[in-house]
Amino acid sequence: MKKLKVKKTFKEINDKIKEGRAVVVTAEEMIDVVERHGAVEAARKIDVVTTGTFGAMCSSGAFLNFGHTSPKIRASKVWLNDVPAYGGIAAVDCYIGATEVVENDPLNSVYPGEFNYGGGHVIEDLVAGNVVRLRAEGYGTDCYPARKYERNITIKDLKNAMLFNPRNAYQNYNCAVNLSDRTIYTYMGMLRPQMANAAYATSGQLSPLFNDPYYRTIGIGTRIFLGGAQGFVAWPGTQHNPDVPRGANGVPKQGAGTIAVVGNLKEMTPEWLTGASILGYGVSLFVGIGIPIPVLDEEMSLFTAVKDENIYTQIYDYSMDYPKGSPKPLAEVSYKDLRSGTITVDGKKVITAPLSSYYKARQIANTLKEWIEGGRFILGEPQQILPSV
Amino acid sequence: MYSKKIVIRYTPEIVQQPVIYELVKQYNLVFNILKARIFPRREGVIVLELSGLKENFDHGIRYLKEMGLKVEPLSKSVSQNTDKCVHCGACTSFCPTAALAFEEKSLKVLFDAEKCNGCELCVSACPVRAMEINLL
Repeated sequence: MKKLKVKKTFKEINDKIKEGRAVVVTAEEMIDVVERHGAVEAARKIDVVTTGTFGAMCSSGAFLNFGHTSPKIRASKVWLNDVPAYGGIAAVDCYIGATEVVENDPLNSVYPGEFNYGGGHVIEDLVAGNVVRLRAEGYGTDCYPARKYERNITIKDLKNAMLFNPRNAYQNYNCAVNLSDRTIYTYMGMLRPQMANAAYATSGQLSPLFNDPYYRTIGIGTRIFLGGAQGFVAWPGTQHNPDVPRGANGVPKQGAGTIAVVGNLKEMTPEWLTGASILGYGVSLFVGIGIPIPVLDEEMSLFTAVKDENIYTQIYDYSMDYPKGSPKPLAEVSYKDLRSGTITVDGKKVITAPLSSYYKARQIANTLKEWIEGGRFILGEPQQILPSV
Repeated sequence: MYSKKIVIRYTPEIVQQPVIYELVKQYNLVFNILKARIFPRREGVIVLELSGLKENFDHGIRYLKEMGLKVEPLSKSVSQNTDKCVHCGACTSFCPTAALAFEEKSLKVLFDAEKCNGCELCVSACPVRAMEINLL
């Protein structure tokens, strides 16, 4: 790479934030800035670019500690509003997963199942301050004699509540279609037969990892917007895979990087953590995430100016190829085309719709911008960046 | 030409009577049935688009009400719960009449009740159950 003309550090940018002098734009606004002034000038002018995404992210959940009971219990089985939480950790700790379905749900035995309530909804109820029925069972030990415990709680009654999502903010995601003759019900929503519709996710040009495609500035300790509060990138997410085909702009053309994120659930709000019921598939959780990206040099200003028309993903058949586990893409498509409402695949016009909210992604990017401009949010310099290529 | 989508709710006593026929014969109205159901206790609901001269339309509606039927514009039976909607837009590719569509600038999902035909596809498509339809 040729010599960079601009060079800034996290510390310099953070000093500017503390002094209220940092110049912050959203990833959408950055497109114009770079087009008008060029990458070098943009890198001099702009300190931070904010991003956002709001979509159903199944690999999410929360560690909860409900405090020791009297007499004490080693809660090996735990339910919250009749949704099972994992109790195979210490006495009164549990993990409520987003996709856990409420007990006795008919699931898909009445096909397609409605999946009205589950872990994602428990998390939403908790952050909304609603009363949740806690039920626990233990097998009884000399130190933890109680075998049963039941109580109504709100999030305030919990000793600790931390959102810990092992895989969020996927850098790119499949576009799903259905080539079969019947409607299918997938985690990408209802897909009508003979490719009558196509479903896609990610907020494209606003999406966090699309704006730092090689994770130059994102890693363990990166401070982020998470569920309405400030959280952190804890680790590379599960299935994080930087080694995929990329465009000339470095942007992956299929699912690639992911992040594991952590934050204090008690500070989060239902506006940014919303339970989801996906017909015939199950329950999930809409998660709002935003990452601020420091414009350290002109390479970062080019990265953060990426546009929907230069971001591509692959179209897969979710009736055959995808569930079989040997997916071959049917075609490649840009987010600009996906966002236009129709795409053409094999000469056929297909209606498209997203599953993640661009409107909310934009709100997140704007909120993050306000926080940083107001000096309320300092960039977290990663202790170790995510594995890259 | 006046045209409106309405919901007619029948009681079990009237469900056998050919009221739609009377709308055509007496009031010269054109109807297009979008949905019709009779429930186990023999009460029923019809969603239809009714078109004709405004005067005839009003007389027709009065006739239905005099028959003891409950009549309401369809737009009153379908609504978007804007507190729940997260504006993902999953509904937009299912809505056959574009009653649910993105507002171009804000990319918010807006619901135009006048365009809705009561098909209820959005109810299934919405992951946060923001579409509320009461056609019972």
